[in-house]
Amino acid sequence: MSYVNSRVRKKDAMSLVTGKPVYTGDLIPQNTLVVKLLRSPHANAFIEDINTAAALKVPGVAAVFTYHDVPKSRFTTAGQTYPEPSPYDRLILDRHLRCAGDPVAIIAAETEAAALKAMNLIKVKYDVREPLLDFTKAKDNPILVHPEEDFKALCPVGADNRRNLCSTDVFEVGDVEEALSRCDVVLTRTYRTKANNQAMMETFRTYSYLDEYGRLSLVSSTQVPFHVRRILSNALEIPKSQIRVVKPRIGGGFGAKQSAVSEVYPAFVTLKTGRPAAIVYTREESMTNGSPRHQMQMTVRIGATKDGVIRAIDLYALSNAGAYGEHGPTTIGLVGHKSLSLYGGIEAARFSCDVVYTNTMGGGAYRGYGATQGIFAVESAVSEMAAELGMDPCAIREKNMVLEGQVMRTYYNETCQSCTLDKCMAKAKEMMNWQEKFPAKVLENGHIRSVGVAMAMQGSGISGVDIASVEIRLNDDGFYTLLVGCTDMGTGCDTILAQMAADCLDCDIDRIAVRGVDTDQSPYDTGSYASSTTYVTGMAVVKTCEKLRQKILETGAKLLGIDPEAAEFDGKRVFQPGADKEVTLSQIGYASFDGHNRCISASESHSSPVSPPPFMVGMAEIDLDPETGKVEVVDYAAAVDCGTVINRNLATVQTEGGIVQGIGMALFEDIQYDQAGHMMNNSFLQYKIPTRLDAGKIRVEFESSYEPTGPFGAKSIGELVINTPAPAIANAVYNATGLYFRELPIKPEEIALGLLKKREN
Amino acid sequence: MQITVNINGRNYTEDVAPDLVLLDFLRAHGCYSVKRGCETSNCGLCTVHLDGKPVLSCSVLAVRADGKSVTTLEGLQKEAEEFGGFLADEGGEQCGFCSPGFIMNVLAMVKELENPTEQEIQEYLAGNLCRCTGYQSQLRAIKKYLAWKQEGSK
Amino acid sequence: MFTAQQYVKAASLEEAYALNQKKSSAVLGGGCWMKMGKRRIGALIDLSGLGLDTIEETGESFVLGAMVTLRQLETDARLKEAFGSGFADMTRHIVGVQFRNCATLGGSLYSRFGFSDVLTWLLALDCDVELAGAGVMPLAQYAAMPYDRDILARVIVRKTGRKAVYESFRNTETDIPVLTCAASSLEGNLRLVIGGRPMRALAVEGLSLSNPMETIIEKAQSLPFGSNMRASAEYRRHLAGVLAKRAVNRLREVE
Repeated sequence: MSYVNSRVRKKDAMSLVTGKPVYTGDLIPQNTLVVKLLRSPHANAFIEDINTAAALKVPGVAAVFTYHDVPKSRFTTAGQTYPEPSPYDRLILDRHLRCAGDPVAIIAAETEAAALKAMNLIKVKYDVREPLLDFTKAKDNPILVHPEEDFKALCPVGADNRRNLCSTDVFEVGDVEEALSRCDVVLTRTYRTKANNQAMMETFRTYSYLDEYGRLSLVSSTQVPFHVRRILSNALEIPKSQIRVVKPRIGGGFGAKQSAVSEVYPAFVTLKTGRPAAIVYTREESMTNGSPRHQMQMTVRIGATKDGVIRAIDLYALSNAGAYGEHGPTTIGLVGHKSLSLYGGIEAARFSCDVVYTNTMGGGAYRGYGATQGIFAVESAVSEMAAELGMDPCAIREKNMVLEGQVMRTYYNETCQSCTLDKCMAKAKEMMNWQEKFPAKVLENGHIRSVGVAMAMQGSGISGVDIASVEIRLNDDGFYTLLVGCTDMGTGCDTILAQMAADCLDCDIDRIAVRGVDTDQSPYDTGSYASSTTYVTGMAVVKTCEKLRQKILETGAKLLGIDPEAAEFDGKRVFQPGADKEVTLSQIGYASFDGHNRCISASESHSSPVSPPPFMVGMAEIDLDPETGKVEVVDYAAAVDCGTVINRNLATVQTEGGIVQGIGMALFEDIQYDQAGHMMNNSFLQYKIPTRLDAGKIRVEFESSYEPTGPFGAKSIGELVINTPAPAIANAVYNATGLYFRELPIKPEEIALGLLKKREN
Repeated sequence: MQITVNINGRNYTEDVAPDLVLLDFLRAHGCYSVKRGCETSNCGLCTVHLDGKPVLSCSVLAVRADGKSVTTLEGLQKEAEEFGGFLADEGGEQCGFCSPGFIMNVLAMVKELENPTEQEIQEYLAGNLCRCTGYQSQLRAIKKYLAWKQEGSK
Repeated sequence: MFTAQQYVKAASLEEAYALNQKKSSAVLGGGCWMKMGKRRIGALIDLSGLGLDTIEETGESFVLGAMVTLRQLETDARLKEAFGSGFADMTRHIVGVQFRNCATLGGSLYSRFGFSDVLTWLLALDCDVELAGAGVMPLAQYAAMPYDRDILARVIVRKTGRKAVYESFRNTETDIPVLTCAASSLEGNLRLVIGGRPMRALAVEGLSLSNPMETIIEKAQSLPFGSNMRASAEYRRHLAGVLAKRAVNRLREVE
């Protein structure tokens, strides 16, 4: 093994750093129609009348479409395996507008200026209704977000559009009430998180055209090309066989592009006009009508004995799906499964939830996918319990954390086969010098330095659902082509899969050309989400390589005229040990292309019956100015168990990037609506993601376990790493101030005024 | 209005609309490295050099570039490869969408600041947002690049 | 993004002034803020050919052209020599270097945004503004005026020996400030300027550097404050006290 666990440069790195035109927006052909959407100014309204006559007269306008023109099949844009748990609750254009920014009309024109001019000339008469904006009042509210008759849920997720329910669920292991009754201390606490935006630097964008076969072809910035194919088929009412989706380089996704946010509009224009069409979302559109994290309110009842044994946790989560149900029924599950399962010794646990519709922006998938919210609530509650018991927050975790070999009853009864959470805790304490720094000290300038801790887990792929396929071909001269259907969105999966293949095939990584993703040519893969790529697609690579090696061996042996059993393959040649017989891989490659039926290629698929969790411990050291309330994260120590690290650089950068996104969620990113339901943080001016001056120093160490079901012992890392900052920082703020902040983001204002109030009392 | 702009060493004389921003003018002339990440002059993705100074090409009108020189990453390929190599060796480019604007500002910083401290580096580059990396790998790359440059000048 | 029918690179201030009398006209500063609006502009007037992009020092004053960029103010050695770190302190948190290479003094001052660092800082100094039509007037007078169609040409910062310091508070390091505070003193008299209230910056006069801190804080907090998405009036009032205290403490050190 030479590439796995090393610091390999990404295969596409140099084209990215030299600014090559490799993204969707760089590839849009000449003479492509510019597609713009007229969006609703109202959060809840019906179109009474819409007149496009004046708009159509604008020179350069090719078409304007309204709800009269679109197919009548409801669909979901959620990129999930069919049948999708997300309800089929939207049309391409609808007469009912369910949130501010919902599309009212599609405009296609030769230039952006013409499209914008036409947009201003569309006359719409709205029947404006009172919007339902408070998600805590949504269930059984007389205002119905989806009153339509043809609302449809394909899976039994508890959806009921007559009650504003997108889904509902409950599970319990053990007897929670009985276990809580035997606890010395029971705390009930409620926590709130906001609808954070992924804020990937490249907004949603897609272009489409009819190819030389007359099929609808799309180039799109997506994490889920194969799902997009199906979603478009549903939405446009055309056969899947008529659609091709290509994914070029992507400017970040973080889950946002696990929904087909932009694809359907240009695709519809191309179908109707026969012309190439492109849509590039503005930042404002990405902010107001994207696919952000679900806003949640979570109530935790936690019970423990005097000496800190956590007996039971009861967690109720209310999630705001917003106007549409994309990923609503599935994100909520992780709130429970991936928070409660951190505590392996727990006697009883219950998780119940409601996901409700409102007239705010529809939600989607954002890194962490519910686990982030659930872990904020449960980890915060555990820290509160520690404080209540007078314990060090690390100590209560050491006493209760999940251990390798335990059956995780709140995690589908999977056995935890790889876990170094205990070592992660020890490592993080050492990195942070926790014993000395806990809980806080006052500096000379009056600022308070304090530390806080949290644990986290995630999954690795969706067990029994996600499928990854890989094909590897041997070419003349003995180089390989690695065809993948998973989507590199900057994370580097094209490279790490090549690293695995290079090690499996004993070859130089430069001998492996990677190609992804074209739904006409790539092997099927559900896509890059749910932390699946390294673990699931990686295993498909390992399996494919095994098969390919056998084929190479057989062909080589045949060329040598020996029995394959007697032959060996060392990556460069097939030979007979002890005899002077060998044929090089290059010769085998050439021979395989010459006059017979043995082109050498292998393809394997992989799906995992389990989803082994990666684990981590995060510790934040903050500098808190008690007068202004400002919190600066000065140091963050992360100890991560993602199983075997495939690429040390990329895993480190994933961790650092996830932590800074988590810091943004904890301290800055604050989605607010006005009373009419317009989002006020609709730009980078008003929605502040961390700059490099806000990020502090981040240190990452790996405490690798070995996951027997993963490729080379690997598990996932991409989502896990966003989960610790919010609870760790909240814990640090408590340790500095003695105040609990249970709503994110934790703003300087609340800290400063909270401290003032505390002093007055 | 007719303007003459030197882009990466070559003069272009053309009629442009008064409200055309430099970013769109540059992309129309093949400078696809120049990206747009927002509409509020906040992200730094569109950074180019105007007469040697880093500016937001989303905010500068093309007419304002009349008679001036504009440099984009297309015109600094050697430097992009040099610094970009350090960035790539940290895995710090990630999705790469912010890389051109970021690298343009790093190259401007290197010209403008002498032996910058870590704080000076972070402040100079604060207008370049990145959502993937958490910025740490970028800082590591810059420090190694500066050390390498210093080594070379000895 | 705004639209514009016509671009005019003014040959003289008089021409610019005359053109700007039309309601549909607009003067182009750095473009950073203007581009965020959706104004439909007739004639876009560019002052960049009028030599207003320089900082000139005379015996009694600094003359800052309207087209001087925020970055010039930040890095000018003479301003630093004369006024300490204030010019840098008030600019360094504004978005980023590239933004500050575009945004102009004139654009910032003309806009008189409530959150303006530039306005807050300059109000603490002894400044006049020179307008193409109305001529020279004190900055404080200009700052309180409604928007009109005059053109700001220069800012004159008089060298009176006044000492000044600058403080601001932001939710993130490069965000619009929640509150700004500049404090200056001349012959023991203290002037406090508080901006980002979130209304336009206002100066508090009639204070002395030797006043008890409680008095100074009370005075700073007596200004009107409002709420917006960044903070409440209550927090701003609290911050006004904190920043005033810090500014005055720093000022006492330099005096």
